[in-house]
Amino acid sequence: MSGHVFHPGHHELHGITVVVETSGDTTYVGRFDREDDEQAYLKDVGVHQAGSQSWEEYLDRTMLYGVKVDHPDLTVPRAEITSVRKLTEVGRG
Amino acid sequence: MYDPTLVQPMRDETVAMGLEELTTVAEVDAVLANHSGTALVLVNSVCGCAAGTARPALKQALSHGVTPDKVYSVFAGMDTDATQRARSYFGEDFQPSSPSMALLRDGEVVMMLHRHMIEGRTPEEISADLTAAFDKHCETTV
Repeated sequence: MSGHVFHPGHHELHGITVVVETSGDTTYVGRFDREDDEQAYLKDVGVHQAGSQSWEEYLDRTMLYGVKVDHPDLTVPRAEITSVRKLTEVGRG
Repeated sequence: MYDPTLVQPMRDETVAMGLEELTTVAEVDAVLANHSGTALVLVNSVCGCAAGTARPALKQALSHGVTPDKVYSVFAGMDTDATQRARSYFGEDFQPSSPSMALLRDGEVVMMLHRHMIEGRTPEEISADLTAAFDKHCETTV
């Protein structure tokens, strides 16, 4: 492991690309930054909306080509979040 | 932009493992335009979450018997023009992320290791992905 690390001591998912599922039609894919009592804070976030491209197609394309960023920074109300999983775990299906 | 003195050890780490650092658009064009053979481009990053394992992983992979003909690095967030130019050689479909690594053969990306494929994994796991790609794409044919 390199000794050159800039930001130790964060949330265990800090810096990890995650899939955030919500109670609505929207799923987010982005880098988890942090959370507080009200919000989860994500960076470089792609948005999938149910009813457009299928989730499977969106996920396959994201795994192959990377996250197409719709929002550099995004907050998601914790009350709307139903799950937070690592993209690589979701992508393995 | 980060303090260059803080970033310098991360640059030195790649140079020490044999990468040629590309810091300008002209340097990128000089080596990637009309490139034949195989080349790996590391998009380096200050992010300890992922780059802290990406660099050691690449170092391990480069000790493998089969390696790319050339190995380069650009530094995202520092040498932004050079990084953007290098990404232009990866093609429009690939979304930018850092750190990441692209393996090119005759100018075409044959393997892309995105940031999400690096995060949370050990250098050994990442190195295994790289050496598998080297074995598949970098064998020299005579």
